[in-house]
Amino acid sequence: MESFLNQIPAFFSAGNVTLLAEAVGVTIALTFFGCLVGFTSAFLIVMARQTPGRWAIPLRGAAILFVELFRRVPFLVTSYLVLFSIVIVIKNPSLFIVGLVSIAIYATAFTSDIIRGGFESIPRQQIEAAQTLNFGRWRTMLYVVIPQSWPVILPPLIIFMVAFVKDTSLVGYIGVFELAFRGKELNNQGFSGIFVYGFIALIYFCLSFPLMRFGYWLEKRLATSRGQESQRELR
Amino acid sequence: MPHLEVKNLSASYGNLQVLHDVNLSFEKGEVVALIGPSGSGKSTILRVLMGLTPCTGGGAVLDGRPIDYRSAASVRAARDRMAIVFQQYNLFQNMDVMRNVTIAPIKIKRRARTEVEAEAVKILARVGLAEKGRAYPDQLSGGQQQRVAIARALALKPEILLLDEVTSALDPELVNEVLDTIRGLAKDGMTMLIVSHEMAFVREVASKVVMMDKGRVVEVGTPADIFERPQTDRAREFVGKILRH
Amino acid sequence: MNYTFQFGVVLARWPEFLEGAWVTVQLALAGFWLGAPFGLFFAWVRTSGPKWAKIIVGIYVIFITNIPVLIQVWFLYFGLPDAGILFDKYTCVTLALVVATSAYSCEIMRAGFLSVHRAEIEAAETLGFSRLHTVWYVVVPHIVRTIYPALANYFIVMTLSTSMAMIVGINELTGAALNIASENYRNLESVAIAAVLYIIITFAMSLSLALVGRWAFRVKARIF
Repeated sequence: MESFLNQIPAFFSAGNVTLLAEAVGVTIALTFFGCLVGFTSAFLIVMARQTPGRWAIPLRGAAILFVELFRRVPFLVTSYLVLFSIVIVIKNPSLFIVGLVSIAIYATAFTSDIIRGGFESIPRQQIEAAQTLNFGRWRTMLYVVIPQSWPVILPPLIIFMVAFVKDTSLVGYIGVFELAFRGKELNNQGFSGIFVYGFIALIYFCLSFPLMRFGYWLEKRLATSRGQESQRELR
Repeated sequence: MPHLEVKNLSASYGNLQVLHDVNLSFEKGEVVALIGPSGSGKSTILRVLMGLTPCTGGGAVLDGRPIDYRSAASVRAARDRMAIVFQQYNLFQNMDVMRNVTIAPIKIKRRARTEVEAEAVKILARVGLAEKGRAYPDQLSGGQQQRVAIARALALKPEILLLDEVTSALDPELVNEVLDTIRGLAKDGMTMLIVSHEMAFVREVASKVVMMDKGRVVEVGTPADIFERPQTDRAREFVGKILRH
Repeated sequence: MNYTFQFGVVLARWPEFLEGAWVTVQLALAGFWLGAPFGLFFAWVRTSGPKWAKIIVGIYVIFITNIPVLIQVWFLYFGLPDAGILFDKYTCVTLALVVATSAYSCEIMRAGFLSVHRAEIEAAETLGFSRLHTVWYVVVPHIVRTIYPALANYFIVMTLSTSMAMIVGINELTGAALNIASENYRNLESVAIAAVLYIIITFAMSLSLALVGRWAFRVKARIF
């Protein structure tokens, strides 16, 4: 126990604290930007999946296949697939980018169903009205579907992203300097495992718990809104 | 030259054929009413004309120009020139009345915003909703929402207005305000194709009545012809049932 | 890009892949079946236990569900030795999976318990059901039907998460694939084969779970 307490000042040296802070930054940046890219491509996958016409059958099939396949592969394996594929083309890729792409692919596979569900909750009649006004698919999305479905889509996406912060710890294994592996380094340098991993766990907890609560609160709060543009009292 | 000709139009939902070789023709300024029992295909004709339900045979000719429903460009052109008002109004819930009415002319037809908005104000006045421009659909009654839907259709300056059972979803006391609006449009010479159950209204406003059953045209004539002197058995049966009230 | 794919060399080592896959399945089964009973107990405590127990279990569940499982594994494998507790790597991973399952399945089952409406219980009672009959014929089937899809889904997610066991040296499927890759330098092919096996395993699992759900519990779920 004494050695444990003796370690504390050494552990919290300026150098270590900086490294840990950087690692937290990397973890947050990876998760946030990876998910951002992932959500965008999930949206594109949904659009691809809803493209009408016989010519689009391969496109629809590819979209469905992508989602169904990457939902059934562990994130660690996806990361390796991305790393090994990129390395064939680019000899020394930025590992951060590799991590980002892996996260984006994983996010795409898991959130496209959330987005699709949100879009399909818009009553068909409004879509038909837009069609008869010659809106076209993308304008219908922009003016009618997205404004009304984002309150239902956004909270689950936020909850997904926050939950994913924990999984970014695996990306460290392909060499990205995120939080979990920084912790392991410190353990390797001699600091007590219990203390180091306990402390790292605490940091993850502080990142995850408040944001999860925020996500659930947002879900409840937005459940009543319908994307209308101005504040007005109900009749 | 007829304003709209429907030629050998057929349509099916899966294996069920809902329209068999329908032929219709009417002139500019005519108000044509489609009547008949449920499932006779009346609404389907309107939906096929607007490209919402796929057409399996035949086509239409609008003001001399043919429409081929197999071509997307042709369907777009048809939607450019005809407008439909639905039974459930189908207003965009996230937009206020003004935006519902002006969004298509501004974004799709690419007309100038100030011009479109000025016109919209006039159209809303015409349907009796001048002060409701900033209201949202869920703040309006059914009758008001339906009149907004009519205004939205009128803002497109369509050559022909299609009205699909526009009063069937309304509470009885709200029906008349919508019928009044339609009367006004008829008086102004708008060519209209109306599907309706309001027989008294049909008798008063329609210049031509088409009775349909099981996807076919049974009889065509003036309101007086159909309601007082039905020729076919099926028409006689239908008229007998509906006029008993 | 000049990379020639050589799947032959990798496929020749299929026994190792299958062994790894079997380890994966075993870890998943152990983690789930050892953890779920705890989850059930915790869920019961959280819904109808004494206040002090609710708080303790609540803190436990909230803590575990907000920490990466990887950190939990490292804590057990690299951290506990400092306090003199030495677990072998299999025990560490299984323990971490059991703990995680106990927390996540607790939340799933608690949602199931809370979803029973008073109305159902009252209806049963007015029809003359005794308390015991009510619970057995009305409440339990309802809860099981509500929980089953979520638990089945969790099982599949957990199967996939066993891949991080390779980090402590266990030769489950991902570990086996990387071992093979390190020996013949066919990185992409080895990992790709592992990915395909994961897809097959999870697909077979969701299929059988969906079928069992339909026949045993009358839970409607998409087969595919």
